[in-house]
Amino acid sequence: MSESFQPNQSLVSSANLENARLNLIREDQPRIRDAAAPEPATLNQWIEAEAENYVEIQNLSFQRGSRIIYDDLTMSFPKGKVTAVMGPSGTGKTTLLKLMGGQLQPTSGSIIVAGVDVARASRTELFDVRKRMGMLFQSGALFSDLSVYENVAFPLRAHTELPEDMIRDIVLMKLHSVGLRGARELMPSELSGGMARRVALARAIVLDPEMVMYDEPFTGQDPISMSVLLQLIRLLNDTLELTSIIVSHDVQETLDIADYLYIIADGRVIGQGEPKEVMNSDSALVQQFMLGLPDGPVPFHFPSQNYRDDILEGRH
Amino acid sequence: MRARNIELAVGIFMLIGVLAFVYLAMRVSGLAMDDGGSGYTLYARFENVGSLKSRSKVTIAGVVVGRVVNVHLDREDFVAVVEMEISAKVDNLTSDTSASIMTAGVLGEQYVALELGAEEDFLQAGDEIEDTLSALVLEELIGKFLFNAK
Amino acid sequence: MLRQIESIGARGLEVVESIGRSVVFLYQSLVRVPRPRTSLPLLIQQLYSVGVLSLVIIVVAGFFIGMVLALQGYSILVRFGAEQALGQMVALSIVMELGPVVSGLLFAGRAGSALAAEIGLMKATEQLASMEMIGVDPLHQVIAPRFWAGLISLPLLGMIFSAVGIFGGMLVGVDWLGVDSGSFWSNMQSAVDFHRDVLNGVIKSIAFAVVVTWIAVFQGYDCVPTSEGISRATTNTVVYGSLAILGLDFVLTALMFGDL
Repeated sequence: MSESFQPNQSLVSSANLENARLNLIREDQPRIRDAAAPEPATLNQWIEAEAENYVEIQNLSFQRGSRIIYDDLTMSFPKGKVTAVMGPSGTGKTTLLKLMGGQLQPTSGSIIVAGVDVARASRTELFDVRKRMGMLFQSGALFSDLSVYENVAFPLRAHTELPEDMIRDIVLMKLHSVGLRGARELMPSELSGGMARRVALARAIVLDPEMVMYDEPFTGQDPISMSVLLQLIRLLNDTLELTSIIVSHDVQETLDIADYLYIIADGRVIGQGEPKEVMNSDSALVQQFMLGLPDGPVPFHFPSQNYRDDILEGRH
Repeated sequence: MRARNIELAVGIFMLIGVLAFVYLAMRVSGLAMDDGGSGYTLYARFENVGSLKSRSKVTIAGVVVGRVVNVHLDREDFVAVVEMEISAKVDNLTSDTSASIMTAGVLGEQYVALELGAEEDFLQAGDEIEDTLSALVLEELIGKFLFNAK
Repeated sequence: MLRQIESIGARGLEVVESIGRSVVFLYQSLVRVPRPRTSLPLLIQQLYSVGVLSLVIIVVAGFFIGMVLALQGYSILVRFGAEQALGQMVALSIVMELGPVVSGLLFAGRAGSALAAEIGLMKATEQLASMEMIGVDPLHQVIAPRFWAGLISLPLLGMIFSAVGIFGGMLVGVDWLGVDSGSFWSNMQSAVDFHRDVLNGVIKSIAFAVVVTWIAVFQGYDCVPTSEGISRATTNTVVYGSLAILGLDFVLTALMFGDL
């Protein structure tokens, strides 16, 4: 990469302003909520909460086959902030994003994204909402038969009737913002993992969405592309006034970037709050997860019978 | 550039496909463009047509001059009526032409063989050939042979 | 015992369910207002990868099958002194049976497996899911063009196979074994009927195209998105596709020529 990571000046200053504004809002809000969020007392409060949160998940339950993935989950994702959802693997974090995108239907409960209940939306409503959200998949999910340029142009071609020169301008702008303007002719197979993820990010924001969802953005990244990604997510969130939702199990990186944290395990929220508060949580499960301890409430051993009995059984 | 090559290749592919179809139609099944419409129709009645069916050959002196179009039963006389389409080029069949049903080889297909007579005037479209000889049916032949031998 | 019956029943239900799912899947992919501006380039792209790339194997296979038929047929026919009927034998067996069936089997192996693997891979790498999140229905963007491309390609490939096969048969019969060229062709032309043989062969090809392409795109789309799932989808496509062709061929032949 010949150019250093240098967003232009106006973007930075507007980002600072935006941060200041967000900080103000943050002061007004109640900082922590209990795991079982209290029902808003008055209508006014409810409307207020509605306006602050881009995504509201209420009493969500989801089953896959006979396995319960989520049981009565209630979460909210404030507008304009980076909210992270963490938890051990296998807790269905990606499933949560797919539920928000309306790709899966919950068993019960509601998911309100930008005022639309995606669990009950019609097909056209759903596709309209999806135009307002971008999603960065774990693998990048670039279309392997299209070049980098065409990948980023894809949503524009699908949803707009823009002339070719305008599409070119937008695509180059978005590619520039992730630092890959020079890689536009490459095919996805020629990109490194980190570059593919950045291209996917450019594609996710090409329609100027209001919300971007990141599915495990830090998995398998070298330290350089990790910090590039961290900086990009933060910067895009602040300059474009996005609502960002990150699903991850990489504790350190997520703590660095998130404004608000949810920790889920066994289908429910076990801890939430700002990073510092979650770090100091007295829940043993949260502590085990945050510190990465091998044994604790999540046992090291898969459920089994008594060790001694098991060994001796072979002797009979 | 790459897209153009693909379009070109697909175009050539479609063209080859269509050419193959034309080849099958013309060369293999012998479907001629002027088939139908350019011939005229004659009828003939037979006691027995054997296994003659539509698209069987009609020949004169072994040369194909037409095809059988239809075989059906006359419900009053209970004889078979064979409708034949004869090439327009062969328009000078004498009115006493005879038609017989022959077999190509021992086990071959059956066809109609025409033999010309000596009359002055010619058969017109829609005319009927009076003088006919039915197909040889093997079982009848054997029966006759046995009857005569007694 | 009871458990075995139960598992057979469950298996049966599974099969019926997946058939139903595949019908809904096809309906959702194909029924919509056509948008030529966006669909046509996609279709051409797929015609290339499904049709043009299968051309070589079809031509080579057709050529050899035609030659072998002529060689075998000659050695049998010459015993009855009926080598003039060689053209008829080669043409009828290729146009009515071998052309549609063998080209269908090769298509299932070459294009069908590639389709299933490609779509399965797109599913495994979340390309289909991301397309959905962008607000584009992958059934229309990915499945429909591939289905139509298969539907158009296989009948063309079948006819090319037949034409090349007959040409190969002629090369061996006429140029090598010395069957008279005139009687080779005239015998063929009097025996092969355009409607009964050629058109019915094409209809068979179209039916095979629908079934094989349908199986291929459905297996790819419905696969378990892991490398094991993709390889299973590919195998299933070839196995089910080939069996479907052979079974359907019997049914169609019985319907078309059964009364003769």
